[in-house]
Order: sequence, then C-alpha cells, then structure tokens
Amino acid sequence: MALFKLSINNRSYDADVEQDTPLLWVLRDNLGLVGTKYGCGIAQCGACTVHLDGKAVRSCVLPVSAVGKGKVTTIEGLSEKGDHPVQKAWDEVDVAQCGYCQAGQIMTAAALLKEKPKPTDQEIVTTMSGNLCRCGTYHRIREAVKVAASKSNQ
Amino acid sequence: MKIAAAAGGGLFLGFNWTNSNALPVVVDARSIAAGSIHFNAYLSIGTDNIITIVSPNPEIGQGIKTAFPMVVAEELDADWKLVKTVQGNLDTTIFERQVTGGSGAVPHSWERLRNAGATARHLLIEAAASTWKVPAAECSTENGNVLHKTSGKSLTYGQLAEAASKLEAPKEVKLKSEKDFKLIGQSVRNVDNLDIATGKPLFGLDFYREGMLFALIQRPKAFGLKLKSVNAEAAKAMPGIVDVVTFENSVAVVGKSTWQVKKAKGALKIEYEKGAELESTADHNRIFTQLMDNGEATVRRKNGDVEAAFKGASKVIKAEYQCPFLPHSPLEPMNFFAHVREDGVELVGPTQTPDRARTEVAKLTGIAPEKITVEITRQGGGFGRRLAADFVLEAAHVSKLVKAPVKVIWTREDDMTGGIYRPAVRYRFEAALDKNGEMIGYKLRGVGINSGNPTREDNFPSGSVDNLLIDSVEHKSPITTGPWRAPITNFLAFAEQSFLDEVAEAAGKDPVAFRLALLEKAKKSPAGEVKYDVDRMIGVIKMAAEKSNWGKKKGVFQGFSVYFSHRSYVAQVGEVAMEKGKPVLKNVIAAVDCGIVINKSGSLQQVRGGVVDGVGHAMYGNMTFKDGAPDQTNFNGFRLIRMSEIPEVDVHFVDNGISPTGLGEPALPPAGGAVANAFYKATKQRLRNQPFINEDAFKGIS
Repeated sequence: MALFKLSINNRSYDADVEQDTPLLWVLRDNLGLVGTKYGCGIAQCGACTVHLDGKAVRSCVLPVSAVGKGKVTTIEGLSEKGDHPVQKAWDEVDVAQCGYCQAGQIMTAAALLKEKPKPTDQEIVTTMSGNLCRCGTYHRIREAVKVAASKSNQ
Repeated sequence: MKIAAAAGGGLFLGFNWTNSNALPVVVDARSIAAGSIHFNAYLSIGTDNIITIVSPNPEIGQGIKTAFPMVVAEELDADWKLVKTVQGNLDTTIFERQVTGGSGAVPHSWERLRNAGATARHLLIEAAASTWKVPAAECSTENGNVLHKTSGKSLTYGQLAEAASKLEAPKEVKLKSEKDFKLIGQSVRNVDNLDIATGKPLFGLDFYREGMLFALIQRPKAFGLKLKSVNAEAAKAMPGIVDVVTFENSVAVVGKSTWQVKKAKGALKIEYEKGAELESTADHNRIFTQLMDNGEATVRRKNGDVEAAFKGASKVIKAEYQCPFLPHSPLEPMNFFAHVREDGVELVGPTQTPDRARTEVAKLTGIAPEKITVEITRQGGGFGRRLAADFVLEAAHVSKLVKAPVKVIWTREDDMTGGIYRPAVRYRFEAALDKNGEMIGYKLRGVGINSGNPTREDNFPSGSVDNLLIDSVEHKSPITTGPWRAPITNFLAFAEQSFLDEVAEAAGKDPVAFRLALLEKAKKSPAGEVKYDVDRMIGVIKMAAEKSNWGKKKGVFQGFSVYFSHRSYVAQVGEVAMEKGKPVLKNVIAAVDCGIVINKSGSLQQVRGGVVDGVGHAMYGNMTFKDGAPDQTNFNGFRLIRMSEIPEVDVHFVDNGISPTGLGEPALPPAGGAVANAFYKATKQRLRNQPFINEDAFKGIS
C-alpha cells in the first residue's frame, strides 16, 4: 500500500492503495466517484474514460501510480451544474437508453471538442468509435456531438 | 382512502411505499412519502403540486421508467414538468408482473396505468366539485388543475390532494379517448437524462454500503468441469482479503476492494475434474450434421400432406442456416448486493426478475420471502441475461457464508465466459413449388443446443402453406443457455426471411409480392390455425415497401424482411451499395406496428437500437468453444458493432390506435434478413451462417 495524492475535479484526494490499482477502481471503491464506469477492464469499451490533463484516457488500465501530478477530470467534475455543452446536448438529443456507457461517451466527446471545437463528421465517427454502446445509441451520440459542437463558442 | 403524511410536507393520494428508507442509488425516497396505503401504487400528489409516479418494472434501457409514468400522467392530465418518476421496489402486494422480459410490460400494464391516472383524476374532480358545490360533470381538468369554466374557478391538484385523498375511489372510471391524448405520442426525454449525464450513482455496480465487502468468484473455466480442490492460502494472505469461501463449483474471494479481490482471485490454485463432456465447436458442428439427418425430432406443427407435396413438386429449394452461441454482453456486467442476516435478507441490484431473485434466495436461505427485500437499480442493459437469478444467488451464498453485506461483481471475462448464452442452432428449410411457382410445401427442421423449441411453429409462413411440417431436435449440452433479446427469433427470423428470399427467386417472383401473396392466401384459405394478424403484417410490408421506394431506387441493392414477434410487426428493407467494388450496408428502413406509440423519442431509439443490435450480432457476434471453454473472453476477442459500422436507420410507425403491443425486442429479428438479402442482390452470394464476417462471401471485404 502507498499513499497517493490525487488532483481530481480541482479537489485534492488521498488514496491509500496498492500502486498497480487502476485509477478506475480508486475513483469508484476509494473515493466514491462512481460515475466512471467499469465495462471491460482492458481499454476496449471506453466506459471508464476520464480526462488526464484534458486528454481522454482509459482509467481501467491507468495505474494510480502513473497519474502523478496530473489533473484528473471525471464525469462528476466535467461541469459544476451538469451544463457542459456536451451534457446539455446529450439531454437535448435524448441519447441514453440504459445510460451505462454514456459517461464515457460524454468524456470522450468533451475531450474531442476541446481539441477540435468543430470536428468533421469523419473525425466524430473515428473518435467515438472507440466507445461501445451495447444499446446501439450511436446515431444519437453522433448527433449530440454535432449539436454540442454547433453550440459551443470556442 | 387514507392520507399518507410525508416527511417533507405534503399529502399523498393513494400511495404505497414500503421501503421508503432504502433506496440508495435510485432516488431520495424519503422526500416522497412515509405512508402505506393499499389503493393505487402508482402515484402521489404533493401539496406542492409535485406528482410522483412510480414505475414498478425494471429499467434496462427500454425506457419504461419514462413511458409508464407518461401513461399515468396522460389519464391524470398532469403537468409533465411537475412529474417525478421513481423506480418501485419489489412489492408483490401492490404490483403485478414486475418483470422486464418478453416486451410485455407495456401490453400488460397499459390498462392498469391508465386506470391509476384516471382514478386519481376522478377523485380530484369530485373534491373540486364538492368544494365549489357544483356538479362534477361541469368540471374539467387541464395540466394539473381542475377547472370550472362557467364560474372561472380553478384549483391545482396540490390544493385538492388532501380532500381528494379522503374520498372513496370508484370501482370503474372512464378512460380518455385515444384521440384526446396529449402526452402519449409526444417525444419525452428519458427521465434520468440529467443523472446519467452527470455520473450520479444509478446502477447496481454503483451501490456501496458502509462495511460492504467485495466478492469475485472463480467459476469452472470450462462447461463440464467440476470443482475438485482449492488451495486458497496464497490468496488469503494477500492485502485486503477477508476470506475465501467455496460453494457448489464456485470459489469466492472476499475482500475490501474490487482490485485487491481481483488480484487475489488470480492467486487461487484450483483443481477441477471432468463432470460432463467438454464440448468444442467442432463437436457442435458434427452434432448438428448428425441430428439434422438422424435426430429424433419433435413435431411442432403439421398441416396437409408434406410428403405428397414434395413428390409432386416441379421445383424443390433446400438450404441450411446456422448461428453460434452468443453472450448477452450488457455493458454493466452481472453484479448484486446481498446482506443475509438472521432475521431477513436485503437484496439490491440489477435484475429483470426481482420476484424470481427473491423466491430463489428464500429457497437458498430458508428465510421467508416476506423477510426479503429487493431494491431494483437502474440496469446497464439486460438483453435477457438478468432474467436469471444465478448472480443474485451467488451474492446471497457469499453473504451467508461470510456473515456480512457483500457485493458480488463479475468481471467482463466472468460475464462473457460465465454462461447462459443465446443457444447455437442450425436450421434446414425445404420448399416445394408447383409449376406456377406457388409454394405448396414447406419444411423446417431446427436442431438446437439447449434451445428448447428452436422454432416458432405458428409464425408466418405457417397458415399460408397447405402442406407444412415443422419439427425440432434437441442436443443437451453442459453449456448453459437462456433467453437472449427476442429469444430464438433473433436468429430464426434471419434464416426464415433469407430462405423465403431464395424461394421467391426460384419462383421468379418479387420478394415483397411473394410474401404478400402468401399472406393473402393465409387470409382467404388458411392452412390450419393462423396465430398472427395477417392484416397488420401486410400493413408493415406495404409501408416498408413504400417508404423505401422498393424496387425503384437507383444505386442501391435492396433486401426485404418482415417478422412478427412479441405481439408486434416489423418490416425492414436493407440497402447495400457497391463502393470501390465492395458491398457497404448504407440504410435500413423499418416499418413498425407496435400499436399506439407512447413515447415517440424512446420508441424511435428502441427501433434504431434494435436494428443496430440485430445487424451487429449478425455481422460480428461469434462465440466458439474449445474443450468446454469459450474462446472469446472480452471485447478484444468478441466483436461488438461500433459507430463506424452502423447503417442509417429510418423508422416509420403505423398509426392504427391499437393498444400497445411491445417494442423492446420486435425490431431486432428482421434486421439480419434485410441485410443478408440486400447483400445477396449486390453480390449474388447468400449469407447463410452467422457471423456474416466469417462467411466466404465476406472474406476480403470487411
């Protein structure tokens, strides 16, 4: 066990865990941030996507020891009031069926729009194809990313 | 009727909430009600005008938590903006059929939900009429208010709730005419959208409790193996591990965090021995061939004289189709919380069948069902997997053995290799045509591995062919199977609709005209019983043909498919285009008759999602076995469809005013056939086995 000081959603957290513990399980089991989901554990589905220094990463394969001083943003910290353009677009387009994958989808989309505020259709599809949605809400995910892109002022 | 006082202030009309303090990841139920009245379990009205509507059936992504309350609110004339919806816990004293399965929740509850809303509306009107001393017949309701138009008076439902709750509920109430629906048929957003988009704890896996332990279970790695011995010394010595317990063929590692338990599970030394045949996919292929020709078949349906029809035929068409086992792969893997105490059991988690979970846990623990509570969380997909209670029983087993609250978690590998799959099936179809190209004989034999009856003997084309024989052969295997979204029809529909395409071609007829002629025949001179609605089936066929501009569209190759399942009718046209010499699935046009559409937005997505699911598994879904063990263990080996692989899906609903007939499954079965038939038109190659991607016709394409 080792003590890790983590910066998550602009807050400081201490976690006393083994160093190989994936960030995902530290978030969920130790810090009570359960919005980040477990889907596959091998970076294939994207349900566990968080931002590390603004970039989308798969927290299920990111050992807590590799986070260092990096700033982590989870779905809980994407916006203060749930009003990030991507979150709003997800509601407007009524994307979710079961909803389990959507936190990861939203984090992937938010990272894309941060890097490319006006992505092409192809860029959206290429980026979002890394995230699985078992319910098949892909049409609406694609649409919601476009809606979010059209409404952000960047 | 009685009044239920709420902790947060406000009075509630006909509301029952037995577990008001125990809803950890669903809602803060304490703000709703603390009373218990056996009247109508669906709704409460607060003096603050907030209307709380309970949705008792498990939400797995089918949208029930939005659709059910919409039906109640419609009859109540509630203001939807002031409606809160709540997931009901298991309570067999006030709810019936708290199940998500068979696309049956809405058909079952339609009248009940409407009555619940209409009854409350009736009482509110009575209360207003009595307050104003006017006849109830002069009062009307609108958007959460009772109005007396002649005097211009109005009162909100909140203002009337207390008085209304003292009145006696009528035994019968008049329901709205469908043409007066204001909310039903509109697009209403998923009621949990905000919680989902902000990462609130909603799902079973999100449930945490002070002092709760985590358990991962090592099950036999192959079907047919049983536990011989366990050496858990190394595992027990690892950090965070509380205990390792054994039950049946399972070894549970119990500890303080998921990761610690996962690592310790890897340190278990377990010996297994053979308890049954360790089957491989090669064995299954051999078994299929043997049983197809020599198996002892159970006759499912017989009409006329099949033998004579085939003897006298001028043309016989014969083809075989095969599908593999499939895991359900809900993105939230199996998990459940159990706390088995001396005096009762607390169960919390994702289950499609809470009542079964309780019954089976009662049997296991010897504790009476009345002392077992089941809280239903939102569920990260189900697809039929959560109809079983195996994972609930595991949680109860472990909690009982370690005498602590426990959450059992399945890793993705556990979920994929742990069994209860869509059964593997092989079909042989034969059709006899007379010299005019009329289908005078039809034979279907299904050979299934733990599939039960792999046919749906009374579905189309039964009833439209005079001489027909449908039978099946079963092979019992140690590999466990169960319902998978649209059980049996998820593959049968593809095989049958592809075969009918082959028959239509052999008969020199257009696939749509061919199907319509068969249906006309079933209507005019049915062969035996017809257990589907011929007119509704014709309706969706014509609508799909019209909306897709069937046979007239340039630049694409169209394939047709239609299927009746779970009381609803769906026709689909797949469109394949040749791009750089390769066939690409561009569009699926779907015509759907599920009766009245409750939530336009949810229903549209349900159909799109069903098509994506159907196409995805037909294209890529494959589970194979070696010596009883699945070859695919996670999403790196088992391929699910991704955004870059979906066709556009264009959805059209039939507007016929029929009471709703189910939508969670019916859009899936026709998808494979529509795609395969379009692919054939484009390439002249038939896809007869799933996954399509492994077919010779597809090699080098995708």
